[in-house]
Amino acid sequence: MATTDFRVIGTRPIRHDGTDKVTGRAKYGGDTAAADLLYAKILRSPHAHARIVSIDTSKAAAHPGVKGVITGMDLPELGPGTIEVGETPSVNAMQMSTNVMARTKVLYKGHAVAAVVATSVHIAEEALAAIEVQYEVLPHVMDVRESMKDEAPLLLDGQTTTSLGKDTGKKSNIATHTVFEIGDTSKGFAEADLVVENEFTTSPTHQGYIEPQSAMVFWNSDDEITIWTSNQGPFGVRTNTALLLNVPLSSIKVIPLEIGGGFGGKIPVYLEPVAALLSKMSGHPVKMTLTRTEVLEATGPTPGSYMKAKIGVKNDGTIVAGEAYLAFAAGAFPGSAVGAGAMCMFTPYDVENLHIDAYDVLVNKPKVSAYRAPGAPQAAYAVESVIDEICGKLGMDRIEFRMKNAAKQGTRQVTGVPLGSVGNVEMLEAVKNSDHYNAPLGGPNRGRGVASGFWFNAGMQSSATLQVNPDGTVAQVTGSVDIGGTRVATAMQAAEVLGLEAHDVKPVVADTNSIGYTAVTGGSRTAFATGWATYEAANDIVKQMKERAAKLWETDASDVEFDEGTFTRASNSEQEFTFKGLAARLMETGGPVVGKATVTPPGVGAGFGHHIVDVEVDPETGKVDVVRYTAFQDVGKAIHPSYVEGQIQGGAVQGIGWALNEEYYYNDSGVMANSSFLDYRMPTSLDLPMIDTVLIEVPNPGHPYGARGVGEVPLVPGLAALGNAVTNAIGTRMNQLPMKPGKILSALGEIDN
Amino acid sequence: MTTNKLQVSVNVNGEQQDFLCEPRQTLHEVLRDVLGMTGTKEGCADGNCGACTVKLDGRIVDSCLVLGPEVQGSEVETIEGVASSDGLHPIQQAFLEEAALQCGICTPGFIVAAKALLENEPDVDEARIRHWLAGNLCRCTGYDKIIRAVLSASDKIKEA
Repeated sequence: MATTDFRVIGTRPIRHDGTDKVTGRAKYGGDTAAADLLYAKILRSPHAHARIVSIDTSKAAAHPGVKGVITGMDLPELGPGTIEVGETPSVNAMQMSTNVMARTKVLYKGHAVAAVVATSVHIAEEALAAIEVQYEVLPHVMDVRESMKDEAPLLLDGQTTTSLGKDTGKKSNIATHTVFEIGDTSKGFAEADLVVENEFTTSPTHQGYIEPQSAMVFWNSDDEITIWTSNQGPFGVRTNTALLLNVPLSSIKVIPLEIGGGFGGKIPVYLEPVAALLSKMSGHPVKMTLTRTEVLEATGPTPGSYMKAKIGVKNDGTIVAGEAYLAFAAGAFPGSAVGAGAMCMFTPYDVENLHIDAYDVLVNKPKVSAYRAPGAPQAAYAVESVIDEICGKLGMDRIEFRMKNAAKQGTRQVTGVPLGSVGNVEMLEAVKNSDHYNAPLGGPNRGRGVASGFWFNAGMQSSATLQVNPDGTVAQVTGSVDIGGTRVATAMQAAEVLGLEAHDVKPVVADTNSIGYTAVTGGSRTAFATGWATYEAANDIVKQMKERAAKLWETDASDVEFDEGTFTRASNSEQEFTFKGLAARLMETGGPVVGKATVTPPGVGAGFGHHIVDVEVDPETGKVDVVRYTAFQDVGKAIHPSYVEGQIQGGAVQGIGWALNEEYYYNDSGVMANSSFLDYRMPTSLDLPMIDTVLIEVPNPGHPYGARGVGEVPLVPGLAALGNAVTNAIGTRMNQLPMKPGKILSALGEIDN
Repeated sequence: MTTNKLQVSVNVNGEQQDFLCEPRQTLHEVLRDVLGMTGTKEGCADGNCGACTVKLDGRIVDSCLVLGPEVQGSEVETIEGVASSDGLHPIQQAFLEEAALQCGICTPGFIVAAKALLENEPDVDEARIRHWLAGNLCRCTGYDKIIRAVLSASDKIKEA
């Protein structure tokens, strides 16, 4: 696949939705309104764990301006266990519902218990204060290891441990224990000259999207429900809301609005079923917007973790065995991505013998949701830190070590599945030869860290239609919400096929009644899979337009060729149509041309990243400054390099925040003590250098243009790279995140912490 | 229920606006919910993210920290006033050309803040821009392309 042959792919056109977004015209979740709109607010638990004894909503309901009040009991009872819902994997609907609003017990501070709809946000807030809830406070458990003990307070009455796929019947906060194994680790470790083991902890961190969750819902008198929302997956909102309300899926239309960030955290539904019930109750459209504190306290952070990793090597650096123990805190309901973390952590390396125990554990914290390569950053932190220690002990160059053990096409992963075509080795070559890797550190108290990371990337389903306009442009309809430039990245793929410019394709993101099923914008899948759908739909147009040219030339469609935007008659090359010329003749040759495609791409290209970071540690304050950062990534083929770089830069900075200071800081009562942007403290522009990126393009043979998913890999290596850099700077292995100043001073022996 | 609404007159983007608002409503709420100008975004509503940045009598402020009645007689400039009928402001154009936005929710706040910077200090370097924009949070870009866009706009404005 010659990457230089493309006209549009690999260029940097201005995104179609750009002007609306720099002028404030674009409509995000909170920006839509309706006549006779009402506003809803949620009352939340002040306790980390408590039984709801009673809820008296009568005073709130009587408050002037209030149009309705609901509690968790107003949501339908759905029965236990998981159910199949057609378009998405089976889900535990009752748990999903109970997370949206508690019924008998609150399981974390911020858990929703009731909601009010009123004529203004302020009146709704006043009414919340008039709801009387009596709680019986229960002991809470916040730490994942404490929660795994037999004597820990149990969160869910019916929760038993499923171990190795079988329900043990044992009541526990451990929801699942999964084992991943290849080879024989006891044999492998016996052959090792050096074995290094360490333990690691990470704190929950939040996805930190700037736009809080916001939705508007109207339940019409004919029981048709319209939802305006800025979720990553409009079809998922339709499915899940229908499920939780026990209404037909087809009674719901979801209109996707522009979305102000998601990173996996805007896949679940939190507001939509609540707003829908309040709309039904009041007869008005109802809008809900979370506060930032609600976003932090009650929407999906990433799991905190306790991990152990053990790696055995020969003196020449060959890895002979690896073992890991991962305990991830899922929050109040099962479902941390500990399995995904387990499956990714050793994948950058070719290791014959691996064994991983993975535990999904309940604690009294909000139920986690996906965050960019969910599970992988934590798990990579453990493995890449141990590898760093091994390289130090062997006196081996850290990239040489990784090249010696590098996974490549055919390398067996811990799942037993061999890797497809990947660019890990090419990427490590680029790291080794880079200016950054070979540059001096340039100052005292500085350290350099490197780390690798892996993520599968997803395919799933996408749909697209393309309509040929008489002026030779094309209107494009997809179901993929555009979080970071996917309108342009998908339109470019259609334009490449049709011989058009990117701006000749006009992309629209449609509602759930106007396009075929399209899975979530997530899993690094949109430019890959929805781009594939636009590619296929464009090819459908070419096929149809060849037939039109054939009609005009009174020949057979097989006599028409298409190249770079021109239809030519093979048997008489004097006869040709430009795309535009033929587009003007559609009405006389049979009417409009609409191309369509639905895809479930099998050829997902997995991705590797490698980060180098230089830090400077202030020995007096313990503050860590990032002074230089370079992120390398095998991106397959960068469709729009600017937005690929942007994904990498943004992911790298999220890793910096996770490594250095972001955390859920809980007090003894299980209450998050830093639930504002000020106290949670994500990185600002002042905290950072430029983030250099190096795009490695090893084409993915499973995509027409060689693209791989790029959005998630950038968050995987950073935690470990920062940990290794700080360790290098201060001479003490850092095995707890975040590496806040107190931890650094403690490691330096300056304070007890 | 009735509340005592106050009548407020304010100049928004060069146009006189008169509206009624409750004493407890913020400028941010007034712009969005009363005047329908939703270009000013909400990220936190407590002054920590800069998504709702507007210019108030020559200074940039978080509009969520200003009460509606406080702006009586003032001049407010919002993102809706940045582009003119001649086209985009050079900062807006630079954001597009440098791909300085991903989701775009923080973008209006950044543009209003950066415009105020370049109006006061045409000669800026990376360090100054990073310092000035530290009150505006972006979670998508890592700020790299935003800083480059402001540097690029600064050059273009000086050339013009």
